[in-house]
Amino acid sequence: MLSRLVLRAAPAALRALPPPVAVGVLHTTRPLHTTQQSLAPVPPLPEKGGEVRHGLIPEEFFQFLYPKTGVTGPYMLGTGLLLYLLSKEIYVVNHETAAAACILTVIVYGIKKFGADVGAFADKLNEEKVAMAQSMKDNAMKMLQTAIEEEKKEQWRVEGHSYLFDAKRNNIAMLLETNYRERLLMVYNEVKKRLDYQVAMQTLKRQKEQDHMIQWVEKNVVQSITPQQQKESIAKCILDLKALSKSAHAAV
Amino acid sequence: GPLSERPLLEVRLGELHTWISTCKFSPQELLGAVHRAWSSYCAKYIHVKQGGPAGISMLLAGYCLLSYGWNYQHFSKTSLGVSY
Repeated sequence: MLSRLVLRAAPAALRALPPPVAVGVLHTTRPLHTTQQSLAPVPPLPEKGGEVRHGLIPEEFFQFLYPKTGVTGPYMLGTGLLLYLLSKEIYVVNHETAAAACILTVIVYGIKKFGADVGAFADKLNEEKVAMAQSMKDNAMKMLQTAIEEEKKEQWRVEGHSYLFDAKRNNIAMLLETNYRERLLMVYNEVKKRLDYQVAMQTLKRQKEQDHMIQWVEKNVVQSITPQQQKESIAKCILDLKALSKSAHAAV
Repeated sequence: GPLSERPLLEVRLGELHTWISTCKFSPQELLGAVHRAWSSYCAKYIHVKQGGPAGISMLLAGYCLLSYGWNYQHFSKTSLGVSY
């Protein structure tokens, strides 16, 4: 009975919430929850129900009569009441009384024998339900935990992005440098080729002029040798050879 | 607290008639009182983790008594007046 009072006092305590203040981070001046908050988490069920004696009469009745009549008071009251009802025929004994007596006997026997087992079975069912809900909650918490860790790792990775970008910038600078040097080399090669061509042209021209001049001079010289001069030169050569042979014979 | 706001079980026997005079008897009030009584009975004896036979047995006993009271005329007639 008194536990219910505690449960009834809980919403009154929750209603006395502190007045809303401006939260610095969110820049709000109005309260976020305008309706009354529900009592979550729900308070758990009490373990045992109210005490009941003989399955029918609540314990509070016995406690109520205890100061005046002691322990046997309610039983005397019950016996007296029963005898009064029977004697005055306010309760009539008929065939239904016998049926009620048999049914009550069977019910009481059944409860005494199988009550604990049924209770244990119901408790097991309840426990399974609670365990499933708890496992779901644990799974959700675990998933959220891993999500938090992943997020923290991502934040750590972001710090490394600056190094990545520096490396990329270095790569690009190197590519640009390489490209520039390649083109420079190409320009140098092309210019050298053209200059070599000009040089080769000049040497070729000079050579051709030389050859041509030599040929022309030779041709003219050969042409200038007339047949008369040819005979005279041959006779002179023969005379010279005879003189030489004479001198050679004289030497021997 | 004040007399009219106390629930019935905390009212002393001597102040009972004043308490009855203070409570309102409109249909809404009666319905509210019935609803409150029923929910307090449920919360005490039925919505517990380990209830016993007590919760339903009290309801059944009350039902038996009520039906006996309703059919009292029939019982008294068959036993007292007519013998078969």
